[in-house]
Amino acid sequence: MDELRRRAKELLEASSVKVVIGYENGTDGKTRALFIENPADAGKLVFDSRCIMNLAAYITKHEVKSKGKMAIAATLPVMRAIVQLASEFQVNDNNLLVLGITPESKMIEFKDLTEVETFVHQYQIEIDSRNKEMLDRIEKMTPSERWDFWIQELTPCFKCYACRAACPMCYCHRCTVEFNQPQWIPVPSSELGNLEWHIMRAIHLAGRCVDCDACYNACPLAIPLNLLTKRMLLDAREHFGGYQPSLKAEHLMSTYKPDDKENFIM
Amino acid sequence: MNIDGRLVRKESLEKLFKILKANNRTIVGPSQKNGRISYKMVENYEGITSEYIQTTQSPKEVAFPRTEKILDYSKNADGMTVKGINADDIPDIVLWGVRPCDTMGMGELSAIFNWDYRDEIYNSRSSRVTVLGFSCGKSDEYCFCTSVGGNPGNIEGSDILFTQLGENGDYLAEIITEKGSQVVSLASDLFEKAENIVKGKFLADVPVRFEKEQVRQNLEKYFDSEQWVAQSLKCLGCGACAYVCPTCACFDIQDEAHGKSGSRVRCWDSCGFSLFTLHTSGHNPREVQSQRWRQRIMHKFSYMPDRLSVYGCTGCGRCSRACPADMNILDHLISIQEVTV
Repeated sequence: MDELRRRAKELLEASSVKVVIGYENGTDGKTRALFIENPADAGKLVFDSRCIMNLAAYITKHEVKSKGKMAIAATLPVMRAIVQLASEFQVNDNNLLVLGITPESKMIEFKDLTEVETFVHQYQIEIDSRNKEMLDRIEKMTPSERWDFWIQELTPCFKCYACRAACPMCYCHRCTVEFNQPQWIPVPSSELGNLEWHIMRAIHLAGRCVDCDACYNACPLAIPLNLLTKRMLLDAREHFGGYQPSLKAEHLMSTYKPDDKENFIM
Repeated sequence: MNIDGRLVRKESLEKLFKILKANNRTIVGPSQKNGRISYKMVENYEGITSEYIQTTQSPKEVAFPRTEKILDYSKNADGMTVKGINADDIPDIVLWGVRPCDTMGMGELSAIFNWDYRDEIYNSRSSRVTVLGFSCGKSDEYCFCTSVGGNPGNIEGSDILFTQLGENGDYLAEIITEKGSQVVSLASDLFEKAENIVKGKFLADVPVRFEKEQVRQNLEKYFDSEQWVAQSLKCLGCGACAYVCPTCACFDIQDEAHGKSGSRVRCWDSCGFSLFTLHTSGHNPREVQSQRWRQRIMHKFSYMPDRLSVYGCTGCGRCSRACPADMNILDHLISIQEVTV
């Protein structure tokens, strides 16, 4: 943490970056995003196991990006998101410097995003046992049981879109739900409309989601919507040759390959 | 006002619930799912959660549902048939287990729905609600009811207010309105005579953190402050704060069409969304999040007191608890009070 503070201060003093994005102490023992522009504020930075929010959600935000070059304190899920965002041309070496924090809480300053990519490729995305168990349970359900499960879980959703807002991959300037000519997804919270939104979101994240759980952590109603994206991740791995965020702009779901499996087409 | 105070034994609450059900009352109470508490229709007393400082969602849905059908329409050769909603179809509801900040919030919500236009649907719904409030014996660092004119034992908005006399204790029931008396008349045995019970020492201690009038005055000069940008930088632009808020009343009108027929519905909307103020022309008067955050604070602490003589905040702290980015409204209000403009 001391190294992070020291480096943040140096970078700002030297004007190498305009803003450092990290974590500070928040309410009720939580941490929250901190944006430092003044080197004197670097001491407010904290880093520990409470820092679970995916800060990459901020690097595509207009107000943050427009400050100039950013440095970001990035845990493994944040780094994965950064690599995916870079492959989608949302960030690059000119506007982002990554101060990586390893799973062992060591700080590594990466020279460029290629180094970040190499680093994240050392770690396979693993789905934790609790969620894996839940996915297996859902898999074993009959279609009607599964339908009931999701209706029950998704009906309480009041469409605050905190899941979308907290997701680093949901950076679209205008989301599908905001198009009303035609209205693709119903605006009001309703049984089917909620289902449509969550399915659309999950499909849009297939082969892009870095499994950071930001959506689930953001949901005020604790809806287990991350189960959908976790399923997508496993399916991508099984059917499309695995998924690792990569700087190559060969996106799993939007790139056609002649040898793609087509056995799911009825 | 001389309030009728009665003693209700701890075990009598369940009996009261059963008597209300036996009298065909629809009961909406705090109910838990995935570790979050919302107000839901409850059939059994076991379905009610009592362990909470504050619920995740506010009880405003009893009068202002997230999605509400306003009318049905169908087109045919002779023209258009429109069928509005029938207020008689709206059920009588007993709202169980509401904290005093929320009972006060229902007054603020009513002020909005009766400002320049009396909203018939809202008023039909709210007039059919009997409110059983429960005082707060505990609070947390998000609570600030005392800074906005409330308190943990505030009777405002309740028909009966229950105050638990110590942990695991019996309850003092203050019967405040005629609607409250009607509930008592159904189960008069359960409301025993009480001898001079003083509830004050059983209430949570919620310190006053700011002067709301000072905040209002500062806001008059604060519109162009740079602080809005600094405050809102971490705001992600979702609608969680508005949707858990007991007084946020903004809504959208949508037509759900199915061929030649359909329904017109009113559904919640939030000033935190970029789409909220987007004009057909493409111009958006609140183009960035700082302008939307400013609107949220201004509406509650400047425009509402100016126009409706009530503040739009009850200090329930829900928006701060629900915020995925930990935008703590209390911190922001304190900083607005302290600013020298």
